[in-house]
Amino acid sequence: MKKLLENRNVTGWLMVSPLAAILLVFLVMPIVLIVIVSFWRATEFSIIPALEWDNYAFLFGSPVTYTVFLNTFKYAFITWAFTLVIGFTVAYYLAFHIRSLTWQIALFLLCTIPFWTSNIIRMISWIPFLGRNGIANTTLMSWGVIDEPVEWLLFSDFAVILAFVHLYTLFMVVPIFNTMMRIDKSLIEAARDAGASGAQILWNVIIPLTKPGIMIGTIFVVTLVMGDFITVRFMSGSQSANVGRLISNDIALLQYPSASATAIVLLATVLITIGILLRFVDIRKEL
Amino acid sequence: MTKLTSRTGLSRRALLKGAASTAIAAGSTTLGAPMLWAQNIKDVTIRQFGTGVSNLNDVANKVKEDLGFTLEMTALDTDSVTQRAATQPNSFDIADIEYFICKKVWAAGNMQAMDTSKIANYDKIAGTFRSGLLTPTSTIAQGTAPHTVGFTSGPNGTDFVDEESGWMTLIPTIYNADTLGIRPDLIGRPINNWSELLNPEFKGKASILDISSIGIMDMAMVVESMGEYTYPDKGNMTKEEIDLTLGIFTEAKKNGQFRAFWKSFDESVNLMASGEVVIQSMWSPAITAVKSQGVPCVYQPLEEGYRSWGGGLGISAALSGLELEAAYEYINWYLSGWVGGYLMRQGYYSAVPETSKEFMTADEWGFWYEGKAAEGDILSPTGDKLAGAGEVRDGGAFLDRMGSVVCWNSVMDENQYMVRKWNEFIAA
Repeated sequence: MKKLLENRNVTGWLMVSPLAAILLVFLVMPIVLIVIVSFWRATEFSIIPALEWDNYAFLFGSPVTYTVFLNTFKYAFITWAFTLVIGFTVAYYLAFHIRSLTWQIALFLLCTIPFWTSNIIRMISWIPFLGRNGIANTTLMSWGVIDEPVEWLLFSDFAVILAFVHLYTLFMVVPIFNTMMRIDKSLIEAARDAGASGAQILWNVIIPLTKPGIMIGTIFVVTLVMGDFITVRFMSGSQSANVGRLISNDIALLQYPSASATAIVLLATVLITIGILLRFVDIRKEL
Repeated sequence: MTKLTSRTGLSRRALLKGAASTAIAAGSTTLGAPMLWAQNIKDVTIRQFGTGVSNLNDVANKVKEDLGFTLEMTALDTDSVTQRAATQPNSFDIADIEYFICKKVWAAGNMQAMDTSKIANYDKIAGTFRSGLLTPTSTIAQGTAPHTVGFTSGPNGTDFVDEESGWMTLIPTIYNADTLGIRPDLIGRPINNWSELLNPEFKGKASILDISSIGIMDMAMVVESMGEYTYPDKGNMTKEEIDLTLGIFTEAKKNGQFRAFWKSFDESVNLMASGEVVIQSMWSPAITAVKSQGVPCVYQPLEEGYRSWGGGLGISAALSGLELEAAYEYINWYLSGWVGGYLMRQGYYSAVPETSKEFMTADEWGFWYEGKAAEGDILSPTGDKLAGAGEVRDGGAFLDRMGSVVCWNSVMDENQYMVRKWNEFIAA
């Protein structure tokens, strides 16, 4: 027994087994089940085990699927662009403009305060603000900027993206701030001594060194936006759809096999997207 | 080693003895149960689930007070209710569901037929739920009319029969006639037709509900009213008719006719009360809720008539013994008037109007049921003022409203196709 434990191979396997077991039960098994169910057939009130391509055929045969996937990518891309710009600016300010560590930590914690309230509450509180008779419209009208309430503020793609940016910018701030804090300050001094301007330092020193942080933030934001359904439902007034809503509608209507098929296609899409993203930066090397 | 085994053996034997005597003791208490029935029923908990309309905490409190047992309620949206009734038979004892949901889930065998001879007020149940006829001369509206899915062939039936067989699938409790809700102050002119929902005048200020089985019927009412098409049977469309109906609405959606779609009751209230929407499909208590915020709102009667729905209580197939008795007891109590009066004062109709009358004042009965002008303030069950002296209920008397019903919420033969097309409409 003792000899066996001393064998490095065995210890190695034993050490990974708890994590492997957890991943097997909570990650691999559910996905396998979803794959299996996606080939089943559903009627009104029952699900019949079968091996059919019907769900996929319907999914790929419907023009709506393509519009919805396109819409999902649109939301992901626009949200990513905004969160990146805002997140990078905030992190840059925190990392390079605030000099004392105490203030850096204090301001960083300030950024996380909104996360103490529920995601859904933060989202829904936009509704009375943006509504036809909401605070935004009444204020703009009293300033004389507009004569009639602006309709596209609420229940529109604008509202959806606004909520996404609001909800997910922190996921960009945290990893970027983290990598920025680990940049050796002497590198910046050296660049300055060598005669680089502020913009050159930013472009040639800071951005290349923060790439892993940007990439981690990107993965967070893209996967969160692509998998979301509730924000799209509330902020678009149920009028727009992304893939998540397609799945949730199917589930509500008891079409589990069809929902599974959509989920599998979404999973594949997200994995491919992340695969492409990881071609740009080798996160493991940089960490 | 040997010593150890023998010791375990001994204690095991002792243990078995003890267990046997406990079992006997437990058995004898159960056998003596019928005599202690009144005490026992207090320990019973009945789990009921349904849509928000009739899952009210006030009812649970009153059950505890009148019957002594505990009623646990879960309120869900229409789709989740269907889902649960079809897939989780062990999660409920009583299902408070609509008749069209019953049509979807009855065949799954998760519910048991109810013996009408055990229902004390069976003879007083409104004709709509028994023969299908409101009055002996009325015609039956299109769609899933309650009486068509209200009876089954026997205690274990999974089919539906046309005649009053003595075995009911659901015991009817509640029904109403639905129409469009409007904001008269923001529209400023009379609204008389369903087609107004797609009138470009209300571009960006209209809404429809995102529950396929109900929404498609509202759509059909609009399409007929616009003169685009007359359905042979709105409640059972062909694929072509579904395409046509959703096509018209998809076009309207792309033109920006709708401000939002709603799925739950409170969403419809918020859309209307905030002025985001001025005309939309709505449910009666949602109108009440908007009004009680002091915002004018009318449940507008329309020339083409109403879309109607009915609900009732069904019993889980898993229920037996004392729990089953308690369930019957509860259903009999439900029909005995207190709940009916409560629901009537919210603007619904009780399936047993006679008994509900005893729990309403003459003025309330006159206002809600007979369509008479109120003599004093009309209050909701929670005490909010809904109407003052001299006001008349939108749509008038019971017979005028229920007499103008032209279709019931439905499940179609092509339901699966409709659901997929509906999903596309929402995503379009």
